Amino acid sequence: MSQVTSWFDYNFMRNALIAVIIITPLFGLMGTMIVNKKMAFFSDALGHSALTGIAVGIVFGVQDTTISMVVFAILFALLLNKIGSRNTASTDTIISVFSSCSVAIGLAILSKGGNFSKYSSLLVGDVLSITTREIVYLVLIFIATVIFWVFGFNKLNAVCIHRTLAKSKRVPVSLMDNLFAVFVALIVMLSIKWVGIMIINALLILPAASSRNISVNMREYHLYSIIFSLFSGLVGLFVSYYTNVATGPMIVIIASVIFFLTYFLGNKIKE
Amino acid sequence: MRKIIEPCGFHCIKMNHLGVRFGDQVILDDVNLHFHCGSLNAIIGKNGAGKSTFIRAILDDIPHTGEIEFKDTKDGHMQKLKIGYVPQSINIEKNTPVSVYDLIASYESNAPVFLHKSKKVYEKIKNTLAVFEAEDLIDKQVCNLSGGQLQRVLLSMAIMDEPNLLLLDEPVSGIDQNGMELFFQTMDYLKKNYDLAIILISHDLDYVAKYADKVILLDHATIAKQGTVKEVFQSPEFDHVFGMSSEEKWIREGEKNESGNILV
Repeated sequence: MSQVTSWFDYNFMRNALIAVIIITPLFGLMGTMIVNKKMAFFSDALGHSALTGIAVGIVFGVQDTTISMVVFAILFALLLNKIGSRNTASTDTIISVFSSCSVAIGLAILSKGGNFSKYSSLLVGDVLSITTREIVYLVLIFIATVIFWVFGFNKLNAVCIHRTLAKSKRVPVSLMDNLFAVFVALIVMLSIKWVGIMIINALLILPAASSRNISVNMREYHLYSIIFSLFSGLVGLFVSYYTNVATGPMIVIIASVIFFLTYFLGNKIKE
Repeated sequence: MRKIIEPCGFHCIKMNHLGVRFGDQVILDDVNLHFHCGSLNAIIGKNGAGKSTFIRAILDDIPHTGEIEFKDTKDGHMQKLKIGYVPQSINIEKNTPVSVYDLIASYESNAPVFLHKSKKVYEKIKNTLAVFEAEDLIDKQVCNLSGGQLQRVLLSMAIMDEPNLLLLDEPVSGIDQNGMELFFQTMDYLKKNYDLAIILISHDLDYVAKYADKVILLDHATIAKQGTVKEVFQSPEFDHVFGMSSEEKWIREGEKNESGNILV
């Protein structure tokens, strides 16, 4: 027994566990709207912009690069929204252009003088590196997101289903779009250090996509998405501890298994 | 919804000098119109004539010039115009976990649909759906509805907060002949039994001729002709817009030849 619970003696393991319990339900929650709004590519681009955010922070001599990362991501998200709403070219293409451009700038700055290895941990993330201060950030964003969701979800859903119709019912369409983008940016940036750029999007998309396979209304959609997300997070953390594999990828592997199970069993469950 | 057996006829919606432009391109130019409650008004015209832009301008969805007034002509006081809008289609693809309740409640209530089903809102939605005999659909998934069912759901949503104006954007696509007849009968019922004016964008000239009180023909970003069905359908402007082009005549001739076995 003592061997099974031995991990709890380590402070970093406790922090990791708390982080997983806070952030995975948020991923499940946000993911539902990202999938419905078909913004998978958008959140992916946001994840990649973390590199640029850090680079900008270093250039301006900011002490805590988390701050520069968050600020940059919020501006980046609002910019993407603004350009996307103009409808001049396909949104996919625009996001791709801006994303590649910002990643290139970030990489160029960070790799100057051959120092990139210092930042490579950002690519796969390291859940054990999470500090108490970062946990406080996570708790704050958790509370803010839940409040936003309770008061804003209906409006977000209305905008997602039909913009003009939402407008005719006096929903503030652009404000909701921008608020949502800002929340996605905040959550992605505050968790990217321990989840990693490569897989953060999988964590946002997979639980919601799995839930979509088996649910018929919004309540089921959210419930299953949160359960899948939390489950993959916890199981992924423990398995990675005992097998000595990076945590992020382990969580994604488990979330993918859930996706394929729901995909093949989906119709049977719905009936 | 408050039901008034006969529309009062005193409410009047006036659109003055409505115009829309994107850069140098004029999409809608100086449109002046006048609608009364209890009337069914059909907007017709070729694709690209500015019909959808017209609807979006009324909804304030795009920047436009001109203004829309809503007046009680009996005592002349102005009111805020409430618009019920039925879009052409909605962005709900297959397998989307949105039920009819979720759809309507998202627009009509603040009770978060992801958290719980509010009994009060549920009853209210069900009652409105009953107007169009669609109350059984309330727990169905929106993506599994037929074209006609979805339309009845959207109509219920549009009349839910007692609009003064019902705006329908080509809602008859993807619906069979029976459904079309039913749809226009519903429009007729609405205008006779509720206190509202209806503006309908339609491609089906036969039904427009049968049911509309007023027809507005849009062509090249402006009103080419407006009036009763007879006035518009027999006008030279109507012939100009909907008359057979020489190409169509040629095709028709060809068909006649084939059926008559006269080969050239």
